[in-house]
Amino acid sequence: MSEQVRTAARPAPQRRMPLVPALEALRDQRRADEVVVTSMGSAREWPKLSRHPLDFIYVPSAMGQAQSLALGIALAQPDRPVTAISGDGSLLMNLGSLVTLAASGARNLTLVVLENGIYEVTGGQRTVASSPALAPARVDFAALALAAGIPSARRFEELSAWQSAADATLRLPGPRVIVLSVEPVADYELPTPKPAISQRAARLRTVLAP
Amino acid sequence: MFTGEDVAATLAQLGISHVVWLPDSALGPWEAALEASPIKLVRACREGEAWAIAAGLYLGGAQPLVMIQNTGLFESGDALRNVLFDLQLPLYAVIGYRSYLVPDSPDTAKRFTEPILHAWGLDSILLERPDTLPKLAAHVRACQAAGRPGVALLAEGKM
Repeated sequence: MSEQVRTAARPAPQRRMPLVPALEALRDQRRADEVVVTSMGSAREWPKLSRHPLDFIYVPSAMGQAQSLALGIALAQPDRPVTAISGDGSLLMNLGSLVTLAASGARNLTLVVLENGIYEVTGGQRTVASSPALAPARVDFAALALAAGIPSARRFEELSAWQSAADATLRLPGPRVIVLSVEPVADYELPTPKPAISQRAARLRTVLAP
Repeated sequence: MFTGEDVAATLAQLGISHVVWLPDSALGPWEAALEASPIKLVRACREGEAWAIAAGLYLGGAQPLVMIQNTGLFESGDALRNVLFDLQLPLYAVIGYRSYLVPDSPDTAKRFTEPILHAWGLDSILLERPDTLPKLAAHVRACQAAGRPGVALLAEGKM
């Protein structure tokens, strides 16, 4: 019986959307007072798409902590939307954070997980969730979020579906998790944003709490 | 060591807005008093999360305090490194010092706590007796005034 259930639950092979237009769809929904915390792959691409005083490029980071840092901002500023954009490898390092986010009740918080199945920063090695031993099943991060108590979680593989649903998805009750299945990026190089993160952090605090 | 009511009152006087915690058996009894106080209690699943959440709270204008056990200090090294040294945020932590009060304890958590804090170069104090809450308050104020992180080690018995 359990084997039947497991077999029936296996999802179809996943498709992936290009990263940049996926982020552009998110940027196009961004509110003027919204904090956006980016890390890993999103920290490379987001600054090419957005120049905003409430963008916080979380580099260097502690891997897996972008959504936790964003949660703190969201709790301190409950009337301000806060979005964290991170990767599936990062989320795997801090899966418990899904429970923390859910328990926080931070309705103003969105976590966007860019799911590409690899660690781009270190050269494209597979994450554990992409292990061949798990194929053809895959780890369903949106289902994990829902199981952790996150009220709204959606996963998108098709760019057109994400583009048409972005507005409505970002209005779902928070905290919300949006998983975007994206194509890996070759020749990854971690950016070194200027000025130093200590100065950017101080500047963000000045903007948020003058 | 301290009552929860005394701790909550002291932290409230210091302007602490949030306690981000993953308590041990010595810190845990403070839960009800902290929840009954104006301070907001934020629960984390791992100690690394606690540092990052506290960092976000601080960036958002709040005055958080991290409360964990020394085992959590070991677990959360990378998050601590990032928020205290990369972001240079002046966060304060109360850390339960497991087994400190047990003479000749074989507990390795006791053995490594102070060397680890020393390695991080953190300004720390030890709270050994029930009458040392004013010492905590003075140290938090000094760290706040200097804009630097700080740690209070809370002497504990067995795990």
